[in-house]
Amino acid sequence: MGKITVTVNRTEHELEVKPSLLLVELLREELRLTGTHVGCDTSQCGACTVLIDGSAVKSCTVLAAQADGAEIVTVEGLAKDGELHPIQRAFSAEHALQCGFCTPGLMITAVDVLSRNAAPTDAEIRNAIKGNLCRCTGYHNIVNAIRTAATEMRGAATPQRAPAEVKR
Amino acid sequence: MTATAPATYIGTRTPRKEDPKLIRGGGTFTDDVTLPAMVYVSLVRSPHAHARIRRIDAAAARKEPGVVTIVTGKDAEATGVLPVFITVPGLNGTKHMPLATDKARYAGDAIAAVVADTRHAAKRAAELVTVDYEPLPVIVDATKALETGAPILHEELGTNLAFTYPVKGGDIDKAFRDAEATVKLRIVNQRLIPNAMEPRAVVAKFEAGELTVWSSTQIPHFVQLILSLNLGLSQNKVRVIAPEVGGGFGSKLQVYAEELLVAHLAKTLGRPVKWTEDRREGYLATIHGRDLVEEVEVAAKRDGTLLGVRIRTVANMGAYLQAFAPGIPTILHAFIIPGAYRIPAFDCEVRGAYTNTTPVDAYRGAGRPEATFAIERAMDRLADEIRMDPAELRRKNFVPPDAFPFTTISGIMYDSGDYGPALDRALEMADYKAFEKRRVEAKARGRYRGIGLSSYVEICGLAPSKANSALGVGWGGYESARIRVHPTGAIQVFTGTSPHGQGHETSWAQIAADAIGVTPNDIEVRHGDTFESPGMGVGTFGSRSLAVGGIAVHNAAQKIREKVIQIGAHLLEASPDDVVVQGGKVFVKGVPEKAKAFGEISMAAYLASNLPEGMEPGLEATTYYDPPNFTFPFGTHIAEVEVDPETGSIEIIRYSACDDCGRQINPMIVEGQLHGGITQGIGQALYEAAVYDNNGQLVSGSMMEYHVPNAADVPAFALDHTVTLTKTNPLGVKGIGEAGTIASTPAMVNAVIDALSPLGITHIDMPLTAEKVWGAIRNAGEARR
Repeated sequence: MGKITVTVNRTEHELEVKPSLLLVELLREELRLTGTHVGCDTSQCGACTVLIDGSAVKSCTVLAAQADGAEIVTVEGLAKDGELHPIQRAFSAEHALQCGFCTPGLMITAVDVLSRNAAPTDAEIRNAIKGNLCRCTGYHNIVNAIRTAATEMRGAATPQRAPAEVKR
Repeated sequence: MTATAPATYIGTRTPRKEDPKLIRGGGTFTDDVTLPAMVYVSLVRSPHAHARIRRIDAAAARKEPGVVTIVTGKDAEATGVLPVFITVPGLNGTKHMPLATDKARYAGDAIAAVVADTRHAAKRAAELVTVDYEPLPVIVDATKALETGAPILHEELGTNLAFTYPVKGGDIDKAFRDAEATVKLRIVNQRLIPNAMEPRAVVAKFEAGELTVWSSTQIPHFVQLILSLNLGLSQNKVRVIAPEVGGGFGSKLQVYAEELLVAHLAKTLGRPVKWTEDRREGYLATIHGRDLVEEVEVAAKRDGTLLGVRIRTVANMGAYLQAFAPGIPTILHAFIIPGAYRIPAFDCEVRGAYTNTTPVDAYRGAGRPEATFAIERAMDRLADEIRMDPAELRRKNFVPPDAFPFTTISGIMYDSGDYGPALDRALEMADYKAFEKRRVEAKARGRYRGIGLSSYVEICGLAPSKANSALGVGWGGYESARIRVHPTGAIQVFTGTSPHGQGHETSWAQIAADAIGVTPNDIEVRHGDTFESPGMGVGTFGSRSLAVGGIAVHNAAQKIREKVIQIGAHLLEASPDDVVVQGGKVFVKGVPEKAKAFGEISMAAYLASNLPEGMEPGLEATTYYDPPNFTFPFGTHIAEVEVDPETGSIEIIRYSACDDCGRQINPMIVEGQLHGGITQGIGQALYEAAVYDNNGQLVSGSMMEYHVPNAADVPAFALDHTVTLTKTNPLGVKGIGEAGTIASTPAMVNAVIDALSPLGITHIDMPLTAEKVWGAIRNAGEARR
């Protein structure tokens, strides 16, 4: 057992963890944040994606110990003060979810994508979410939702910037 | 028949009631259920595809810390056998136990269950269980399994033949005698792995004589029924809950070994028990789909008029028959092969074979994609043979609109249809007329461009109970609904359907809102809990939910409305004929200012002091709707692709679809079903294949080797629709859950073969991976040299 400190959804936790404990197990089983799902255990499907220090990471392939000192955001932390994140609103508005199992991972990945590229093309969106599988939606509405959220986020956060300037 | 209520919410893009919890990470999936003192199951599975079990030694495993118990097949016989709900004439059935006792018949067959106080402890201990196996010869190929001398899976049968299923109509010999053109194809409709994103999971607890089971299932009522019968518990003491279910596609249309085992263990241990499959385990132990080899022959006149279709099919059933497996390559495949066409003669025979592979059952479309693939590939081959435009060949043979109701050569009665307009619209969307220019332009860039279409008729609305009975389905095909209006006017709809992404909480609220005269926000739809729902719910599969379950909701809501009108008329001192319910208000036509609120009526129903003479108090309704016929959605899909001859890779340039599912309740949900369905069909055409080696090892054993389409693999889809109402039900609705999967696979393959036709390529087995396409191009080049 070892002690780690992690900030999850803006709350700091000090936890005793076994060296073999996976981050997704820490989230789901210790902190009962069950919105992060396990779809494959082998980092293919992306259902378990969370933000670690702002980057989308598959939490089934990260040891909890590796997250020591990190700031983690799960789907439960996307909304702030009861207000949905634009990506959450867009996923619902565009019917980008059906069964909802892959949705948390996809929304988290989308947040990461949009933090790197505020105005992605559809092809860039498709490429960027390749690591998150969805069996229900055929991705059509997911791409629409991410584009919609991007537009809204540009309007809200960086209205003055032209799309080309914010590309990395 | 038409809806008596005005359609206010039906047909609108009502936002989904399911979303608010799911986008916040709320909603409880089965693996999210954690109970005090819960223990975990890990299954010991056979690494051999075929082996006699000589001895099981669990001594070392029992010593592992945290182990609670280990049970083998002999200890767990109280679970009873796994059910098969469909029989076909002459079926050679087997006794399928949750844990194998004598032999393992596929790699993944469960041998023992290890229970421990943590998931990891259970897994560790399971690895310490040693099984002494005597490996036996393995048979993987279904056709070879039927040959003399093949290793036999079930010795008591003396054969691997599960069934032979003929469907015939007309004079097939005459058709081929009269033929001016014939084509013959061999189709391998490869085995697929469903890959619902949520792995299966089961949680069970047994307290005070009552068993509660959470399961990721499409059919909670059937699970409840079998648990009750098999475990000897009174049915009222078995509660099955399908909470949030993360996709199913048929793979959760089962009563699985793990459901029986986990329930049995909870009952015997007196502690809550959980089992969650991991993905690799799911690949072995959750049903697979498709896996047919078909020989298709078509007889036609030179002008394209179809004369007859002969088809011989071998269906790989896997090692055991699962719940609905005997009905998939037979009823849902053989009968629908004639599709949208007038065919005078039909001769189909399907043989089902046991092999040392994971059992095969319903996977999205379930028989109908295979049928459509066979006929639609054959149509393209025929068009090629007689040098006719594939669209024109289809149009020429369509059942004409004035021929409905039309009984197909296989004996199915299509109530309605109008196939030409959907084809026309799809051709227009695809700019089909100008395609040849695009082919030439692509060739100039060194790429092969092709266009392919498929026109389908689906059989949905499963099913009239009498038809079920005649076809060997051992249960009715109705669906149930119960509506409970509380005294304050709050409305709850309990449905027998069990959605897992289809949005019934929204669509059913739209239907009920229109029928009652309130808004969808006034209605809560609940599902998937056998203690809440009506006595029996059949469940969600086969694109049946709307055309059967949605109608049950509509009918129950009509009963509520009728009673509301009676009470309203009484309170307003008016004739019931003059009273309307609209927007949650009850008033005399033309006098909306003197309205009673819906809640006043419901309160009156429960105060019961001022009701019409002889009326029962209360405001509830329960209905069972048994459809008089199936429904028959149809449409045409068109794919346009470019093939890069250097790499064999395929780019989908454009995908256009025009579908007709009758009245759309929520077009947003309809489109979503199509997007997902089309993508799954593209997956089969281009990417997906479950592959076994000759030892019966699943080579495509993880998501690394089995390619589920990702966002970059598929394009945006252009969708449109025609609306031909079915007369079979009062809403004119038909179902859309599987149409995309049914239509897209042949459209894609037809497009790729069309692209490569200048090279003389007429066939490539699915999936059309870059490697195979590249190989075909290379071979074609060599053949020409």
